[in-house]
Amino acid sequence: MEEEQKENLISAEQEETKVNDFNGENLSDRVKTLSPGRTVAKRFFRSKLSVIGLVILITLFIISFFGPLFSPWGEQQVDRSEKVIVNVEETRYETADGQIVTGYEITVEVNDVNSYSDINKQHWLGTDSHGYDVFTRLLYGGRVSLTIGFLVVIVETLLGVVLGGLAGYFGGKVDNAIMRVTDILYCIPTLPIMLIFSAVFDSFEITSIIRLYYMMAILTLIGWAGTARLVRGQILSLREQEFMLAAKCSGLSVKRKIFKHLIPNVLPQLIVSMTLGLGSIILTEATLGFLGIGAPEGTATWGAMINTATDKYNLSYFPNLWIPAGICITLAILAFNFVGDGLRDAFDPKMKR
Amino acid sequence: MFKYVVKRLLQAIFILVGISLILYILIRIMPVNIIRDKYYATHAQSDASEEELQKILDMYNLGDNSFKGICYGWWTWISNFIRGDLGNCLSRSEAVGDVIFRNMGLSFAISFISLILQLLIAIPLGIKCACNQYSKLDYTVTVLTMIGISFPSFFFANIVVKIFAVDLGWFPTGSLTSADLPTTANGFTVFVNMVWHLILPILVLTVLSIGSMMRYTRTNTLEVLNADYIRTARAKGLSENKVVYKHVFRNTLIPLVTTLAGILPGLFGGSMIIEQIFSLPGIGNTAYELTQKGDIPFIMGYDMFIATLTVIGILLTDIMYAIVDPRVKLGK
Repeated sequence: MEEEQKENLISAEQEETKVNDFNGENLSDRVKTLSPGRTVAKRFFRSKLSVIGLVILITLFIISFFGPLFSPWGEQQVDRSEKVIVNVEETRYETADGQIVTGYEITVEVNDVNSYSDINKQHWLGTDSHGYDVFTRLLYGGRVSLTIGFLVVIVETLLGVVLGGLAGYFGGKVDNAIMRVTDILYCIPTLPIMLIFSAVFDSFEITSIIRLYYMMAILTLIGWAGTARLVRGQILSLREQEFMLAAKCSGLSVKRKIFKHLIPNVLPQLIVSMTLGLGSIILTEATLGFLGIGAPEGTATWGAMINTATDKYNLSYFPNLWIPAGICITLAILAFNFVGDGLRDAFDPKMKR
Repeated sequence: MFKYVVKRLLQAIFILVGISLILYILIRIMPVNIIRDKYYATHAQSDASEEELQKILDMYNLGDNSFKGICYGWWTWISNFIRGDLGNCLSRSEAVGDVIFRNMGLSFAISFISLILQLLIAIPLGIKCACNQYSKLDYTVTVLTMIGISFPSFFFANIVVKIFAVDLGWFPTGSLTSADLPTTANGFTVFVNMVWHLILPILVLTVLSIGSMMRYTRTNTLEVLNADYIRTARAKGLSENKVVYKHVFRNTLIPLVTTLAGILPGLFGGSMIIEQIFSLPGIGNTAYELTQKGDIPFIMGYDMFIATLTVIGILLTDIMYAIVDPRVKLGK
């Protein structure tokens, strides 16, 4: 608090010296002042957790977008090197004279696909039941999750800002109509709705990658309600403030008033909710993948990779198939939460430190 | 207050009608037709005729797939719904309401026990962290709860199963009672067996949702600690213990009470994912199974049940605010 007051004092002083600048020496040359943006940045980087979050995010991005370029395996490339499976079965039986004899039955099977490979130099995280390289698919899954997260959140925020802004600014009938729609969307149970949509897509035989885009569109359509509520609430309180009266007196157009004066004031909360929203969209997408209703089959997504654990055999003996994907999802969501929290604290003018 | 509640109730009805319309249209577009499947399963190839099938479909108001037909079907459904009749399940010869309420008990028990555990752990821990803000304990708990919040439920559940059920073998998984339990076992043995099966799901549910409640308590406590009346309490010479346990604790509960209303859907609606991983016969698992099968009356019934709970939850939250905190005035 003190620091901020000092900063305010300094800037006030600075204004004055600018007016009566007798010495020809500007005070601003001697005293460093920070713009609001830089204050926020400074506060943000002071928190260790937000920096950790940011580092995790950047790493995840770089690895999943550039990693596949260096991988010798493709997303759906089967390792066709032969795999020799040697089974040794032990049987014990008693002979007529009471002796126990142990017999071994050895079968050698040659599989033309190198499935369930161990972790080795060629396959950093082994291969799955199809013979796909798990590590490479992890990278491709990251691409899908992060891309979906960003696209959905950006479109959702745009929709929410426009509709929430209209509702908050105009009030009355417009507000009522828009708010009832958001109420409905807000109360719709997401998971059952997604199950139903998935069945609808099945019937129209949408099985290619386009299905993923449709799913994203639906997530956006359901998701904008939250942003709209946030924006509307903020604008309702901002609308009554003096600077809006000033804007009205200067005869500004409605568009300019909303997008130049109201929206920038909502921006801090909006950025925080977008960051936290990114985490939750990634979680939703992973949940859909886990239930097997998200991306088309064969596409690598983190959720679908964890889905392999529903097979008790994979769950017990091949943790390398699903644990890395789970760690990636958790890390991504954690990082977005850290960054979102850090941003919220940084934007908060009441914060002490 | 009364006027406000009436207005909100009317809005709630409008929301529910809107949701039911959207759901019904979607479900009718859905291709999975359980009646068709059942009809062809029970009739031989030669016996089956499209006309007879159509007749059966018409009987359920599902035959006409034009816009008008769907609207008519929805109208019949909603008028029955208002009368409290949810219709019969297509895949099980039972009323939808019965299926929901019979399976709800287990889901409710799990969520309720988990909720109590959450309250018992999260509130004291949250207050403790807030009282020692920026201490080592605070940082550790904050990071741990953040990790808890970020864990996808299906991933965490699978890890727990892998560690405690597969590797260590301490707990069983799958279904509610052991398969080798003798049918002659008395009630107590069955109960103990059930509890043994439910420990893992409750653990998962608690760990996953404890984080947000802890953080909420912590933020609220911090706010209360900065309030003027706490300074007064300290100024008049109360011991720190008395300040925290008498003044801070009670005032922290105010916002918490209001959030409790918001967990209604989670409490009664079950959790699709956790119930599925532990194969528990709760309402969430039933809903998942029947939704995939395309049991239209059940899907409508269950989804509307969840939506109603959500709407009531939001309404209760707002009313609770006014009841718990007299400074809040409802309605403009």
